Amino acid sequence: MWSYAFRRVLMTIPTLLLVITVCYLMLHATPGGPFDSERKISAAVMANLQAKYHLDLPLWQQYLYYLKSLLQGDLGASFRYADWSVNDLVANALPISALIGGTALLLSVVIGIVLGTIAALRQNSLIDYFVMLIGNLGSAFPSFVIGPVLILVFAIWLAWLPAGGWNDYQVHYMVLPIALLTFINVSTIGRVMRGSLIEVMNSNFIRTAKAKGLPMRTIVMRHALKPALMPVISVVGPIAISTITGAVVTESVFSLPGLGKLIINGASNRDYTLVLGLVVLVTVVAVLINLLVDLCYALLDPKIRY
Amino acid sequence: MFSRSKQSDLAGAIEANINAAAIEGRSPWRDARERFFRNKAAVVSLVILTIIAVACIFGPMVLPYSYEDTDWNAMSLPPGMEGAHYFGTDELGRDLLVRCLIGGRISLMVGLLATIASVTIGIVWGATAGFMGGKVDTIMMRIVDMMYAVPYLLIAILMVTLLGREFYLVVLTITVFSWMDMARVVRGQTLSIKSKEFVEAAHAIGVSTPNIIFRHIVPNLLGIVVIYTTVTVPGVILTESVLSFLGLGVQEPMTSWGVLIEDGTGVMETTPWILLFPAAMLSITLYCANYIGDGLRDALDPKDR
Repeated sequence: MWSYAFRRVLMTIPTLLLVITVCYLMLHATPGGPFDSERKISAAVMANLQAKYHLDLPLWQQYLYYLKSLLQGDLGASFRYADWSVNDLVANALPISALIGGTALLLSVVIGIVLGTIAALRQNSLIDYFVMLIGNLGSAFPSFVIGPVLILVFAIWLAWLPAGGWNDYQVHYMVLPIALLTFINVSTIGRVMRGSLIEVMNSNFIRTAKAKGLPMRTIVMRHALKPALMPVISVVGPIAISTITGAVVTESVFSLPGLGKLIINGASNRDYTLVLGLVVLVTVVAVLINLLVDLCYALLDPKIRY
Repeated sequence: MFSRSKQSDLAGAIEANINAAAIEGRSPWRDARERFFRNKAAVVSLVILTIIAVACIFGPMVLPYSYEDTDWNAMSLPPGMEGAHYFGTDELGRDLLVRCLIGGRISLMVGLLATIASVTIGIVWGATAGFMGGKVDTIMMRIVDMMYAVPYLLIAILMVTLLGREFYLVVLTITVFSWMDMARVVRGQTLSIKSKEFVEAAHAIGVSTPNIIFRHIVPNLLGIVVIYTTVTVPGVILTESVLSFLGLGVQEPMTSWGVLIEDGTGVMETTPWILLFPAAMLSITLYCANYIGDGLRDALDPKDR
């Protein structure tokens, strides 16, 4: 276990380095420097600016400086928002995205497992059809179609909830975004849980448990749930990442001032350092989540090693 | 007398049948085709998807409006027969049906090109890794693992920001993050084919490695490649529409389904059809592509026979 964990942790380093390097090089390959502007800057000021941001050094030294500041947790200055560092912008936006994404992830794991379990135990019941319907809808209707429909129904026709925006962590502004992300995730988790529990319930050791007369509740709780949860754990990683990236769409549908909105604004303003900083940040989070999921998986299932 | 001739007729018919069966062998591909056409959901999906594709290709040539002409006298018209604006018009008075079809052209075109590109990369990558084995395999598959760990949408956003939003750059960006599934599947399949006797025979008579990969192994991968291609198509179309929904795809007045949905979202309170028509076309396309994929999997997957 420990040697696996050690190797798995080591694996994250080349991944992170690859992403950072490729993004950094792409950034440098694009024409135009950060201080190209309409206004003439005097040569002395320009030289000072370049020296401050190490732009006078060869590329590989600039890159090393960038890595060093990344290690110190500094994502650099924003190109477009004067006087703002990327860290400041992230500090404002991150809690919003984390709150919505985290809540949605937690809700969808719980709801998905519960619905999937009921659907598997009562096949062809109403709940079973409901789970399959959600699974179907989730695979065909992208979030940027479901989102506007939710707004149309709950904000415009029924007028129960605000159509979007953000007001200092008031709960009713969070309901629709969280509902949308949860719906998308439940469609996957519910389907996987249903499928894997049906498979487990048909296996020999469950038949033995039934044969020796255990009550259904004990069979499911003590014997069936644990192996059935394994495939669910393996999709939680990809789902967590799609929740993070899905936040880009969700936040744009509901105009929330989170990380997703920030990256879209950065992209349309061509704020290179902001977009690069956000990509690096989110990649680190995604890689860590994957690491955590893999380690959990290895802890629960001794067969998984490589 | 009567019954006797009937009997001989029957015997003749059976004999004819046996002869016909003996002459006409059934290839696995024909087998698969027959199984596919027995699957009603898949056939219906195929028909609908064909209709959408044909409409997107030829519709704009037939219809009297252009996708970029604004008409100040016909702004935000509801759908109807009036003035041949069957889907209505958008807030600038552009005919929504033509815009949906032109948008479909872009979406389907990006889907097609990015799929071809990523399938090709996936096959070459997977077949090479699977065939070479050892260190090469480990390194190539670690790279695939890395690509999976990366939040691709954000990097796609970065790429589009840096490279620009030309049509072919959008295709390139999508391709970069769509080939890994295919590579994994092809590698797995290659590993199992590699140990078969005919590959050993090819080695024995001195066929070169690239020739073995492309002449002997790749053709045997076709079934699984077809299945995973149909899984790739909806994914790629979806990615393109996400990018254009976020305002990072093709630029106005050119359009795609994602752009149209984004436009429609802004005005859905007063003119919901501007959202509903492109959303419906995108969703129907994705739904049909999924069903065709399921049908092909059932038809081609030897495990399910």
